Amino acid sequence: MADTGILESLLRLVDKVDGGIDSQVVASSLGVDHQVVVGAVKSVQALGEVIEAEQRSSKHWELTGEGQEIAEQGSHEARVFKAIPEEGLSQSQLMVESIEDVVRKKLQQVQMGHSSQLEEKEKNELKKRKLLTEVTVKSYWITKGSNFSTIITKQETELTPEMIASGSWKEKKFKPYNFDAMGVAPDSGHLHPLMKVRTQFRQIFLEMGFTEMPTNNFIESSFWNFDSLFQPQQHPARDQHDTFFLSDPAVAHDFPQDYLERVKKVHSEGGYGSQGYKYDWKIEEAQKNILRTHTTAVSARMLYKLAQQEEFTPVKYFSIDRVFRNETLDATHLAEFHQIEGVVADYGLTLGDLMGVLHQFFTKLGITKLRFKPAYNPYTEPSMEVFSYHKGLNKWVEVGNSGVFRPEMLLPMGLPEGVSVIAWGLSLERPTMIKYGINNIRELVGHKVNLQMVYDSPVCRLDS
Amino acid sequence: MPTVSVKRDLLFQALGRTFTDEEFDELCFEFGLELDEITSEKDIISREQGDQKASEASDVVLYKIDVPANRYDLLCLEGLVRGLQVFKDKMEAPRYSRVNPLNGDPQRLIITGETASVRPHAVAAVLRNITFTPERYDSFIELQEKLHQNICRRRTLVAIGTHDLDTISGPFTYTAKAPDDIRFKPLNQNQEYSATQLMGFYKTDSHLRHYLHIIEDEPLYPVIYDSNGIVLSMPPIINGDHSKISVNTKNVFIECTATDLTKAKIVLDMIVTMFSEHCDQPFTTETLSADYINSKVGINETAESIAQLLTRMCLKSEVTSDGAEIQVEIPPTRSDVIHACDIMEDAAMAYGFNNITRTTPRTYTVANQFPLNKLTELLRLDLATAGFTEALTFALCSQEDIADKLQKNLKDTKAVHISNPKTAEFQVARTTLLPGLLKTLAANRKMPLPLKLFEISDVVLRDESTDVGARNSRRLCAVYYNKTPGFEVIHGLLDRVMQLLEVKPGRNHGYYIQAAEDSTYFPGRCAEIFSHGKSIGRLGVLHPDVINSFELTMPCSALDIDIEPFL
Repeated sequence: MADTGILESLLRLVDKVDGGIDSQVVASSLGVDHQVVVGAVKSVQALGEVIEAEQRSSKHWELTGEGQEIAEQGSHEARVFKAIPEEGLSQSQLMVESIEDVVRKKLQQVQMGHSSQLEEKEKNELKKRKLLTEVTVKSYWITKGSNFSTIITKQETELTPEMIASGSWKEKKFKPYNFDAMGVAPDSGHLHPLMKVRTQFRQIFLEMGFTEMPTNNFIESSFWNFDSLFQPQQHPARDQHDTFFLSDPAVAHDFPQDYLERVKKVHSEGGYGSQGYKYDWKIEEAQKNILRTHTTAVSARMLYKLAQQEEFTPVKYFSIDRVFRNETLDATHLAEFHQIEGVVADYGLTLGDLMGVLHQFFTKLGITKLRFKPAYNPYTEPSMEVFSYHKGLNKWVEVGNSGVFRPEMLLPMGLPEGVSVIAWGLSLERPTMIKYGINNIRELVGHKVNLQMVYDSPVCRLDS
Repeated sequence: MPTVSVKRDLLFQALGRTFTDEEFDELCFEFGLELDEITSEKDIISREQGDQKASEASDVVLYKIDVPANRYDLLCLEGLVRGLQVFKDKMEAPRYSRVNPLNGDPQRLIITGETASVRPHAVAAVLRNITFTPERYDSFIELQEKLHQNICRRRTLVAIGTHDLDTISGPFTYTAKAPDDIRFKPLNQNQEYSATQLMGFYKTDSHLRHYLHIIEDEPLYPVIYDSNGIVLSMPPIINGDHSKISVNTKNVFIECTATDLTKAKIVLDMIVTMFSEHCDQPFTTETLSADYINSKVGINETAESIAQLLTRMCLKSEVTSDGAEIQVEIPPTRSDVIHACDIMEDAAMAYGFNNITRTTPRTYTVANQFPLNKLTELLRLDLATAGFTEALTFALCSQEDIADKLQKNLKDTKAVHISNPKTAEFQVARTTLLPGLLKTLAANRKMPLPLKLFEISDVVLRDESTDVGARNSRRLCAVYYNKTPGFEVIHGLLDRVMQLLEVKPGRNHGYYIQAAEDSTYFPGRCAEIFSHGKSIGRLGVLHPDVINSFELTMPCSALDIDIEPFL
């Protein structure tokens, strides 16, 4: 900051004039360099609305070094004249008796600030002789500001412990903050957006009284993944094109033998009121190990376990975990994704109950407008695709699949005749992509995600 | 889900009225179909081959309709129209019956024992006095193709052959012979080939080469002859040229050879019911109560109205004389009906899913979290609070990721191996979370340093003690990537995690770390972590070769522990 003396002298000058003053005038009246005044103007401006300064530019003429020399000592010609000794020169050289040094006079005029008295032609000639130069000066037109005062109070940048202790803050003025600037980002860790959404879905199921299933088994036998669900062994989902099979460990063992026999029978011969699929069911197909294609394999294990209880008790189960498909990858499909699944088992559940539970579940996600489309799924009957109206896209979009598990799946497990099991599923990635406006799944999941996206992702409230 | 494409105007003509696209979409939705796309041949060709090729193509509007995978009876225009018309009460559910030819006996197909080893089943039928139009002929061919692709599992389970009956004479023989003993002129060819030559000839055929593998390595190939020794077909590859059908064919002989007899019957039924009124399979009937349907769907309808609902779904139904039960006739077109619940679904569909009152089950339960997931959720939050950012990486990866790149021997990893990966990215299930985190670092090298990442998720290890021979293990892994290795940072994170888990530093009942040799880490910069006397994982500064192999440039320290001991 320029020294306070200059600042206050500047302010006193501004105070005296009406309508403002040019910084160059200030410089000449204070007898200081113009740049010093410019510095002072900037310092005063930093104090707030004390003065207003509008930038201007003007041109004027100035002497060059050679020009100054001439103004002081006379032009070269005059100096030659003067240099002639009084006695020793020939007649012919003394044709001029006296001279008038016009160049010097003109330069002296410019030096005194009277360049306007010279004609343009004269000035240009002197410019050509490199005695004069035209310079552009940037100056300020200074007027009083809304907070004008002739006294300078130094502004503090920050409150200090000393000021608090001494109470000096009461007398101090503080430099205003720039509220348009961004703050400094806090030094913190971040949760992954997909996992934030997972937490919300867990929360919703827990609020609805659903118990979490142990889904920490990515490797599953075809038996639990397909056969127990009454999915026939020639079903396309069991193809090499759709499912990852294992070469090591290739096969599973230790199936519950009685149950396995009942599954075999219902597939190949029927039973429990069903005609079955009437084909040659092979244990070798059932033994094949795979990466589970749905978490419904775990639901099957849980329902079998439930059926082995002494007495049936109603249950509500949920899970959210990874499943695997040997699919062709594109912007919306990866070889692995998270499946969300809900299951309710009780006596006398109806299709209306399934739609009622789905309505409650989706209401918690902020989706109230639902409709159901008949669909086909080998292990549920009826099967329904769930559609919700998307206001942004202005159309009905599929948000999940649902159905009532077939008796051919439940009765061989040993569940009582009157027990119905309703279930639904959806992917975790799809609602997350819609929620965060992500079009390519690789921008959300996997090692190629941009961490900045993770850093910047907002909290997840599914219902708002 | 199969897609059927039908000409819109032809469809509307058959339905007896026109619809707006929205109206038709709505009708499809109710009936469990989906109007997938509205297009034309011109559109399709121009999309696939460019505008120039498309200029000659037809711009007749096509509807592409998604049909549920078990409704083979809706795979052609005829079936679709029949289903929709009955559903909308525009026509009665058709009934099918078998008739013998006016003069003479039914045709016979004799199956010889040789077929047992390659393709043991065959069924056949005749469509008499059929009148094809170009559209009906196309639909007939298309239906066969759709059936081949879906229920027939690309001809492995069932293969269909159709022949002009007037060019051949029964009885027919289905047998199997050595490839060199079979010679005939195949469909649309000018000369005879032996079966062996044919298999070579079709190696380059874009369509047929996909089916060669079904019989290629068999010692005997299946073949069908007529009584004069003319080859009808060599299933499942190709028909003979002699008996080929055309728009002018009047009597069609249909044979289905199969490895699955049930499916062969379904396929044959589909073709004959779609294209004739003659069928040799009687109706099956099922009796069920109105109460069953009401209680499963959650509605309260009379037996009469349920019978009406079912009739609209091509399941002709009547209330029995005592009024208690409903008798339902299942036509051969509805092979998907195998249990009373399938009839219940049709009743619900005809009632309209969206007309059913939505109710809340009274099931009372108390929720429980899975303890391992509960611990995971709590730890994730505290790791983020400790300044580390959560990554989410794939459970599948390449063998290289878990072995070579970490300077480990693949045999020592206890990894499970995938037998049919499409690319190297899916060769194994990960045995450690570390490669995923390092790949995440590599993809984010432009981000400001330091980078601090963590993931808590499952890895998969072989384990003989489980039924499938493998188990998941829940791991916590974290990395610190900066201009300095930051061992103290990752060590500090371990101390924090232990503090959160209420394990105090100490040799016996606490945790401690102890120098260890590990080829993934820089020598002398790796320690094994013990808790309550058991090893739970490692931490250290990564080996420069590991850093290089993941295309990283800065020093990096890592922490990798099993959290299941803390349950």
